[in-house]
Amino acid sequence: MAASTRAGARRPAGIVPTGVLVLGAVYTLFPVSWVVVAATKSKAELFSTPTFAPGTGLLSNLADLFAYRDGVFWLWLLNTALYAGGGAVLATVVATVSGYALATYAFPGRGLIFNLLVGGILVPPVVLAIPQYLLFSEAGLAGTYWSVLLPQVLSPYSVYLARIYARAAVPASLLEAGRLDGAGEWRLFHRVALPMLTPAMVTIFLFQFVAIWNNFLLPFIMLGDDHRFPLTVGLYTLLAAGANQPSLYNLIITGTLLSLVPLVALFLTMQRHWRADLSGGAVKS
Amino acid sequence: MRRPGKGAPTRRAGAVPYLFLAPAMVLFTLFMALPIGYTGYLSLRRTKVSGLGLGRGARTEVFAGLGKYAAAVGDGELWAGWLRVLGYGALVLALMLGLALVFALMLDAAHVRLARLTRISIYLPYAVPGVAATLMWGFLYLPGLSPFGDHAFLGAGVVTFSMANVAVWGGTGFNMLVLYTNLRAVPREYYEAARIDGAGELGIALRIKIPILVPAIILTTVFSVVATIQVFTEPTTLRPLTNTISSTWSPLMKVYRDAFVTGDLHSAAATSMVIAGISVVVSFGFLRIVKNHAFGEG
Repeated sequence: MAASTRAGARRPAGIVPTGVLVLGAVYTLFPVSWVVVAATKSKAELFSTPTFAPGTGLLSNLADLFAYRDGVFWLWLLNTALYAGGGAVLATVVATVSGYALATYAFPGRGLIFNLLVGGILVPPVVLAIPQYLLFSEAGLAGTYWSVLLPQVLSPYSVYLARIYARAAVPASLLEAGRLDGAGEWRLFHRVALPMLTPAMVTIFLFQFVAIWNNFLLPFIMLGDDHRFPLTVGLYTLLAAGANQPSLYNLIITGTLLSLVPLVALFLTMQRHWRADLSGGAVKS
Repeated sequence: MRRPGKGAPTRRAGAVPYLFLAPAMVLFTLFMALPIGYTGYLSLRRTKVSGLGLGRGARTEVFAGLGKYAAAVGDGELWAGWLRVLGYGALVLALMLGLALVFALMLDAAHVRLARLTRISIYLPYAVPGVAATLMWGFLYLPGLSPFGDHAFLGAGVVTFSMANVAVWGGTGFNMLVLYTNLRAVPREYYEAARIDGAGELGIALRIKIPILVPAIILTTVFSVVATIQVFTEPTTLRPLTNTISSTWSPLMKVYRDAFVTGDLHSAAATSMVIAGISVVVSFGFLRIVKNHAFGEG
């Protein structure tokens, strides 16, 4: 970064690493730029004009998409925001208190609880999704918002991250000093540790938000009514309905583009936090 | 003080840590332990049909022992699925983790330009849902739409590679960032010392950076193996575009079909237990082999 340019005067400026990274970026940006251009093409243009020639059909594609089944696409977008936003907030809270407790206290069963919670990383979602569906059915909750929201609140990976971060970022001496001053355990967590854990919480929130936003299997299994679908399941049903009808391709391509916009926007605006949290973690450890 | 020394602070605090952990444990019990237990229970039972299977009480659930497991182990279609996923997984793991490592090292190299821009670009697919990624590539593969010409990207021999490409595209950036984050945490003085000793960038990467990354590489490998064993979204989403992907292409797709299409919950449960078992054995085996030098302190 900035500091390393000082030593770099002697050498040519990293042609190999820069070249490799640019190739990587071209590879990753290629399909995204394709879908951006393809969404602007009308039905006829999609199959006739050169791949990266912009078309004239963006507005009519959008109008078609929003008119599709009385605007169900809007609902999919809202549902996805609800599942991802609500689920990520809850997951962040649960992971942070768990990680903090696992990192800063010694107590009987700590290793076991850590292994149980983090071991969940190894459990394939399908082993959970089918019985979760059956159990939610028993409780009369299958097909509801809860059936998609609740199973995604406990995130083993987030607990793991929170514990790693809490271990590095919360000095034991500070907690000890707080205890000597007579602060209670909750107060210590809330006033001393939580501010230090904020960067980790941002990261966990983002991780979980993206994970839920992108999840396909759980809502695919849980939901039957397309008014509760998230975007992923909605887009899949759109494809399943339109794969054999090239006249529906514009709809699917435009829907795909719109499903990328919110997450990519969030992703780009959170870049600063992302960076801050990386360097913050490095400094503190 | 049970574990003196490194890091962990530690002081007995009665019920406090348990209270902090209560929400996670409740969720764990309800949404992990209970479903896993229920799957195990279902996998040991079968539906018995008496008479013509009509009317109330004609279908009853009875204990079946390991019958469904035996059927799963003897199921040729399932084995074919495992083989497909094995080939697919080997491709994805080698390409995705190899690229992730190369990109992470390049980002951390001393004189790289455009690091921020390329890092964000390569990481971007992480923000793209698997369904959307598969749709984009699926259209790019389609004859008539593909900018790569009319090749049979979704033909029988090639479809595995095409699908692996979608997973590599989607997963490289995340793994790259995990590795890069680990590299950023290394004090720069390590490299300065090596430079003074005359080491070049390549030497530093091979002799210092990669050994430092070993634990992170192991972790990303384990996560990737587990994710690959469960591949479901990509083949399911690609299926409407081609007839080369069967409804039982991956073991997980067979579980889905058994549970929700043919309605054989007990077979689905037994097969999911087998998938879970394989995932756990693979990941634990992996972790065990390397635990001592990767995670000095579990």
